[in-house]
Amino acid sequence: MATTTTLPAADYNHNDHHDHGHKETFITKYVFTQDHKMIAKQFLITGIIMAFIALFLSILFRLQLAWPEKDFPILEVFLGKWAEGGRIKPEFFLALVTIHGTIMVFFVLTAGLSGTFSNLLIPLQIGARDMAAPFMNMLSYWFFFVACVVMLASFFVESGPASAGWTIYPPLSALPTAISGSGTGMTLWLISIGIFIASQVMGGINYISTILNMRTKGMSLWRMPLTIWALLFTAILGLLSFPVLVSAVVLLFFDRSMGTSFYLSDIIVQGQILAHEGGSPILFEHLFWFLGHPEVYIVILPSFGIVSEVISINSRKPIFGYHAMVYSLLGISVLSFLVWGHHMFVTGMSPFLGGVFMITTLIIAVPSAVKVFNYIATIWRGNIRFTPAMVFSIGMVSFFISGGITGLFVGNAAIDIQVHDTYFIVAHFHLVMGSAAIFGMLAGVYHWYPKMFGRMMNNRLGYLHFWITFVGAYFVFIPMHFMGIDGVPRRYYAFTSFEFMEKWLSVNVFITWSAIIAGLAQVAFAWNFFHSMKHGKLATQNPWGANTLEWTTPIERIHGNWPGELPTVHRWPYDYSKPGHSEDFIPQTVPYSETMSSNLPHDFEGNPEAEKIQREWEAQQLVVDEESK
Amino acid sequence: MRLKGFIHIKGVFGLVFGLLFLFHSPSFAQTDTAAVNADTEQVATTDSSAVDSATATDTSVAATDSEVSATSAPASASTTAVAAEEEAGIPAQVYVNFFYYVLLFVLVCFIVTILGQVLSVYELTQGLRKKLPVNNWHSHQAWFFLVGLIVFLYGIYWSYAHHGTQSFREAATEHGARIDTLFIITTIITTIVLVLTHIALFGFAFKYRGSDKRKAYYYPHNNALEKIWTITPAVVLTILVLFGFFTWRGITNIPEEQQKEALQIEITAEQFAWNIRYGGRDNTVGKRNFKLTTPVNGLGIDFTDNSALDDIRAGDIVLPVGKPVHFTINSKDVLHSFYIPEFRVQINAVPGMPTFFYIVPKYTTEEMREKVGDPDYNFILLCSKICGSGHYNMQKKVIVVTDAEYKEWLSQQTYYFDDTMQKEFKELSQPKQANLVIDGNKMVSNN
Repeated sequence: MATTTTLPAADYNHNDHHDHGHKETFITKYVFTQDHKMIAKQFLITGIIMAFIALFLSILFRLQLAWPEKDFPILEVFLGKWAEGGRIKPEFFLALVTIHGTIMVFFVLTAGLSGTFSNLLIPLQIGARDMAAPFMNMLSYWFFFVACVVMLASFFVESGPASAGWTIYPPLSALPTAISGSGTGMTLWLISIGIFIASQVMGGINYISTILNMRTKGMSLWRMPLTIWALLFTAILGLLSFPVLVSAVVLLFFDRSMGTSFYLSDIIVQGQILAHEGGSPILFEHLFWFLGHPEVYIVILPSFGIVSEVISINSRKPIFGYHAMVYSLLGISVLSFLVWGHHMFVTGMSPFLGGVFMITTLIIAVPSAVKVFNYIATIWRGNIRFTPAMVFSIGMVSFFISGGITGLFVGNAAIDIQVHDTYFIVAHFHLVMGSAAIFGMLAGVYHWYPKMFGRMMNNRLGYLHFWITFVGAYFVFIPMHFMGIDGVPRRYYAFTSFEFMEKWLSVNVFITWSAIIAGLAQVAFAWNFFHSMKHGKLATQNPWGANTLEWTTPIERIHGNWPGELPTVHRWPYDYSKPGHSEDFIPQTVPYSETMSSNLPHDFEGNPEAEKIQREWEAQQLVVDEESK
Repeated sequence: MRLKGFIHIKGVFGLVFGLLFLFHSPSFAQTDTAAVNADTEQVATTDSSAVDSATATDTSVAATDSEVSATSAPASASTTAVAAEEEAGIPAQVYVNFFYYVLLFVLVCFIVTILGQVLSVYELTQGLRKKLPVNNWHSHQAWFFLVGLIVFLYGIYWSYAHHGTQSFREAATEHGARIDTLFIITTIITTIVLVLTHIALFGFAFKYRGSDKRKAYYYPHNNALEKIWTITPAVVLTILVLFGFFTWRGITNIPEEQQKEALQIEITAEQFAWNIRYGGRDNTVGKRNFKLTTPVNGLGIDFTDNSALDDIRAGDIVLPVGKPVHFTINSKDVLHSFYIPEFRVQINAVPGMPTFFYIVPKYTTEEMREKVGDPDYNFILLCSKICGSGHYNMQKKVIVVTDAEYKEWLSQQTYYFDDTMQKEFKELSQPKQANLVIDGNKMVSNN
């Protein structure tokens, strides 16, 4: 640890020399780069592109849901045989839903979110020159990229992309005769996710080892910003749970291609009696959700971290209850492994087990509630700067509350009987992990954009983007709760076959228009993002007045992060508006000896000598004051 | 900068129009010229500031364009076929309409950009006139949050009042009533939390909007406060957990005796239909074996099991009111889910593993019709687990009637073991013996 963290200037100069000696080509700088900041940007831009694709898919199926009786001839131009006569086919509708979910959950909110911010922030905020294993870091991105390509390639397969839902429950996902998407499309899905998990594991190992071993001098665990805590727990969760999905995927692959019966039993499909016996689809559900539930926390934890940081900076106040925030992250992480069964209350799993999972599930609401209250307490009596990052963070907290409280319905096994697999659950998770996580990600993008590109994004476009998206998301998802209570199941191609659903058709039109407008608002973001890279206002070194280490690096974003010696950390990252100090922030690199006027007794716990010095200084100050009177 | 922008926009528009002409749409010129002219005129007046949006849309146009060629390529093998298909299959009007929408969006982008420019000019002049330092608090956003809070609270009220009444119906089973109580209690608690936290969140955001005149209150932690808001949710959740746990156990943990006494109905799901089998006189549903499935014996009923002989085939699920019913749910192919919303019943149909649900219907269909005030109202069974292309239309009527009506209905139903089934059963048992004989011969010859 010591050798890396206290890298002397000489070592850095060696790096510097290295950079000048071999000129960086386009390929080593932008493509196969090992610089964590560039890899972060690669993750981010790939994530954004995938998000736009998934958004486009969702608009397509929203069109179908809003106007099930109408033709959209232009769709035939895009989709060919999947939308003959301009009407999306039922199989393709399911494929759209499936790939929308898969891309959003795995490629956008897992890789795009934690991939981006782990890579960007871990070395910068703990004071390291790069990741522990830069080459592996590069591989992590390129595996992710290949996974994206394979997943998108499934759209160009004769039998269509995977269409068994993003949870790919067998037997539907195992039998091409049951749905055409379970042919080559499903194989590509499995391959893509296999590659994706390899990417996640490489990334995760890297993030954990970097955080634990490469913190700069003075950066004890309890001085780490909450972003780093959140990213650490995210990486641990991913590392422990993703391999379980590998086993699920591999066994499914065996069932599909080698005639094994892990998940299949007693099946007659299209009049044909299959030989499989003794397997159970429930096994797959267990394996899937053992990943699947930690996965939703993998999605939301980085957003928690980002939002904690952004809210604290822009309220100009320390985050309320720093320790409670860390412990609640820890609590959520541990509990997230014990709650997967709440996805399976009505699958035929032992009802007693369902009761146990219900208890653990509702326990996890406690640390989540603590986080929300702490955010609100942080805003209380703050001095709020409404930067775009801040408005997105407030939006994230709002989404997390609105989506979180419906968790009390679906987490309760008895109520879940009524709302399981209906639009209620669609509304629940789109708010609590979809919208909330994406708002955390956007807050992060707006906040750290100057660190990534050396320029500022346009504020006004940011606000426009925020308000349209915020209102749009609520307009889309709030009505869905009521559809679910009425008993409308999810993944329904059309609401026209059931009389009781017809009253929701007009609501569907409203939802679709909201989705289209909110979707178009993302163009404002894309424009802002890409245009500001070249034309944005030049950033200053510390544009937000933040305390963490990344704002002590030069604007030029050099490989190795700090010219000369690595910074030394003297305090926690949340000394905002500390009474007695002239400015409303004190960066982590400022020693207490330079801030005698604002030091508190609490700052010296366990260091009696420093406390003595402080007391002496204060006594002296009193004398000076009296004399001046 | 401005001049540069102007040149740029011309180029972009040239590109858009070039693309339009590439599609050879004669009707374009006739029908939409006026509209497009109007568009271009407005664009011309707004020149300099509109660069951003134009490029943005242009790229999106390019993207869609390439996507067109990309998606259609694999669908039909050769590019000539694609061209032919496009010319023959899709009328030009389709493209016109599409580009009309694209232009509309471009126009919106222009307007947004112009507004943006006007705002910044206004801000700059205000700053000059009043000699105000440019601050970075952006406090106008705080006002939006205040308005947002009011709209949000009203929106919640409106949703509850309109969509809520539209969606919530009383449960029609005995256990459903208990779920409803739990549901209502949870709704009350969560609504209180939702409203209070949002008043705090948006309200504080408004109240503590930044200013240079004051400093934030340094308040890193307060253990007492944190304990309060850890313990309060914990207590509330414990109550909900206990209540939920006992309700759940009450629904799922029915004593075996009681289950056996209930009316036995077996539901077998397949793509995309439900098969219904009543236990018959002995109130026992006969065994199934998927290997016995034939076109005639679709469920693979094992007729060597005597309890299968009196099993009754039914078109709809008909239940006597007030009598317990025990459903056994099976699936022939993929996962399905047995879901009757008004009954608060949902359980997956799993191939190879029967699942169960025990209910007591509380109201007859007639009574429910009166309650909801709709003379055509029906209970309905849906599939709620994704199961393939027909997932959205897998329905079965559920009719609850009085005991007398039920008995009358039951007497009109037919047995599964009907003439055709009996014939097939005999044929199937015959060759089995023949095979045995052949096998025996073989064994003999082998010996």
